[in-house]
Amino acid sequence: MSFPHRHLLGIKGLSEPDIIYLLDRADEAVQISRQEEKKTSTLRGRTQINLFFEASTRTQASFELAGKRLGADVMNMSVANSSVKKGETLVDTAMTLNAMRPDILIVRHSSAGAVALLSQKVGCAVVNAGDGAHEHPTQALLDALTIRRNKGKIARLIVTICGDVLHSRVARSNILLLNAMGARVRVVAPSTLLPSGIAQMGVEVFQSMEEGLRDADVVMMLRLQRERMDGAFVPSVREYFRYFGLDAEKLAYAKPDALVMHPGPMNRGVEIASDIADGPQSVIETQVEMGVAVRMAVMETLMLSKANQP
Amino acid sequence: MKPQIFTNARIIDPSQNMDELGAVIILDGKIAAIGKKAAAMGVPAGVTPEDLQGHIVAPGLIDACVHIGEPGAEHRETIASASRAAARGGVTGLIMMPDTDPVIDDVALVDFVQRAARDEAVVSVYPAAALTKGLAGEQMTEFGLLLDAGAVMLTNGEHAIENSLVMRRAMTYSRDFNAVVACSTQDSYLSGGGVMNEGLFASWLGLSGIPREAELIPLERDLRLAALTGARYHAMKLSVPQSADAIRAAKAAGHKVTAGMSINHLTLNETDIGEYRTFFRLSPPLRTEDDRMAMTTAVSDGTIDIICSSHDPQDVDTKRLPFADAANGAIGLETLLAAALRLYHSGDVSLSRLIDAMSCRPAQIFGLPGGTLKIGSQADLCVIDPDYPWVLSKDDIVSRSKNTAFENARFTGKVLQTLVAGASVYRA
Repeated sequence: MSFPHRHLLGIKGLSEPDIIYLLDRADEAVQISRQEEKKTSTLRGRTQINLFFEASTRTQASFELAGKRLGADVMNMSVANSSVKKGETLVDTAMTLNAMRPDILIVRHSSAGAVALLSQKVGCAVVNAGDGAHEHPTQALLDALTIRRNKGKIARLIVTICGDVLHSRVARSNILLLNAMGARVRVVAPSTLLPSGIAQMGVEVFQSMEEGLRDADVVMMLRLQRERMDGAFVPSVREYFRYFGLDAEKLAYAKPDALVMHPGPMNRGVEIASDIADGPQSVIETQVEMGVAVRMAVMETLMLSKANQP
Repeated sequence: MKPQIFTNARIIDPSQNMDELGAVIILDGKIAAIGKKAAAMGVPAGVTPEDLQGHIVAPGLIDACVHIGEPGAEHRETIASASRAAARGGVTGLIMMPDTDPVIDDVALVDFVQRAARDEAVVSVYPAAALTKGLAGEQMTEFGLLLDAGAVMLTNGEHAIENSLVMRRAMTYSRDFNAVVACSTQDSYLSGGGVMNEGLFASWLGLSGIPREAELIPLERDLRLAALTGARYHAMKLSVPQSADAIRAAKAAGHKVTAGMSINHLTLNETDIGEYRTFFRLSPPLRTEDDRMAMTTAVSDGTIDIICSSHDPQDVDTKRLPFADAANGAIGLETLLAAALRLYHSGDVSLSRLIDAMSCRPAQIFGLPGGTLKIGSQADLCVIDPDYPWVLSKDDIVSRSKNTAFENARFTGKVLQTLVAGASVYRA
């Protein structure tokens, strides 16, 4: 078995065996991160550039650490000091960086499709670290790894995704991945935060947490951006929390051993109550640990894939 | 002066219900005789007729919606380069949109366009003037002076006028000049930053969608204002069958309403966007295949009067960007006819209706010369081989910008010659 793709631009296009391959490798990478000696030499001499056009602390740190643990040389390009601010286009930036001959580019951008566009202009592997409301494949993979390690499987589990599905790349990638792995996916959100055609995206749609969480094995909360809370999409934080915030009462509808997940960063008291976020069912910190492992697995796989050999 | 004679031509001229084999005799830039009668006249000594081998002669196309970068963005297109692209597509007359930089909202700018057209263009270029100053949707422009200077219609560019009172006054005032107010109806609030058709496809791409109601709501308002004011109103670029229904009802009620749509929306659909192909980012957005099919019916039955190219040159600086950040628009002058012939070959729209929609009707609605091959009219015509197979290569595009929605597309049917006032401006 090998991995046939040159880039990781989304979950779309990955087969079930592709996903299992990455999750299996990530399981091995978890062990590396838990050793005292965490550095390997798999990617020694390779150059990784983290190109983040959109601010991110957690994802960027996770990719940086993943690269370093694989022995790669990691450079962070933050948008604040880049020429993008001076009007250079995305494609020109890509071509400039490409000329520096990196081996792998990790890219986040606020526009859907931007990472795919950039990947067409460079000669190295590209990992999508989030593009607009399109995809965030490593997040979906780390969520899947967290679920698989806790539940032993993904198929036939009921996974309920709650919150701002409309603007969420995490939701799209998760819907694709969970469906590919045979899970039953539900979404719960106010109708203003659901994309058009959601019922045809392979999910069951609910407007009530009580119904959507019933018998769920996994509850995935999504972050609600500040600017969407004050009358634009939902009337107020308190109304949102009342109906869609995850608290003990609502979580009680799910199975007693249901996992509580959140891609972070959390808005405590908006989409999730603090006691639930810190409670026994929460695997939010595990997700962060799995994030590093999944990113190690993805980068190692792409680098060693035949598709990226000269 | 010697006459110019084309023999063995299939003449299709919907303006006189003509579809017959015959000849075309041109004298002093005008049609001197046409059809069977012309064929029977014989050939005077010293004139060598051109045998068209049964190919079609039609009145030259008149493209009622063309965006040009001059003045302000000459790197994308000039009046001269657009006219050469037009000639290649069998287009002998075009209406140039006023959304230039500066906006054509002043008599001096109408003069500028006319001078440039006269001196540099190989086809007729007619300026449309802005309906409001700077296309801002607030103050009316000088309709009378602009029309006297040569503007052929008044339009407000890509968006509806948000203020209904401004729109009512503009329409009321335009009636005094018998001018056509042409609008592309897009509600900018309801569009909400959308970049493609709203629906499942946009949702998977993570792109925000434009609902069909964003086109329909301002259209219905405008149609009511047209009824109220009695003004001549033209909906320039419709994309959904619900809009065609609204036009159908307004026409049935006797209002002075006409409608057009772009060839893109008749031959492409939202799935052509594929993985974020920005050349398919258009305004209005490409809709679903069901919408496209329904709109071909609306063209066929005449509800939609006009097919335009909606030619909109954009360069890499505005197109080689992430989809949501790219500009709208695709070029289309060179492919207007070839793309329209797809509708003929698929059996959706007749050849004579297509020529009517791209030539006769625009000439009638905007009062332009051409759009007919009647005796005595200006000899603006094109020669078409409806069965010629070809593939559009980017290298063959003469427009300054290459943002075509038909790159490497296969076409059946091609323009072989274009004549403006009897003079050849293009020959394949």
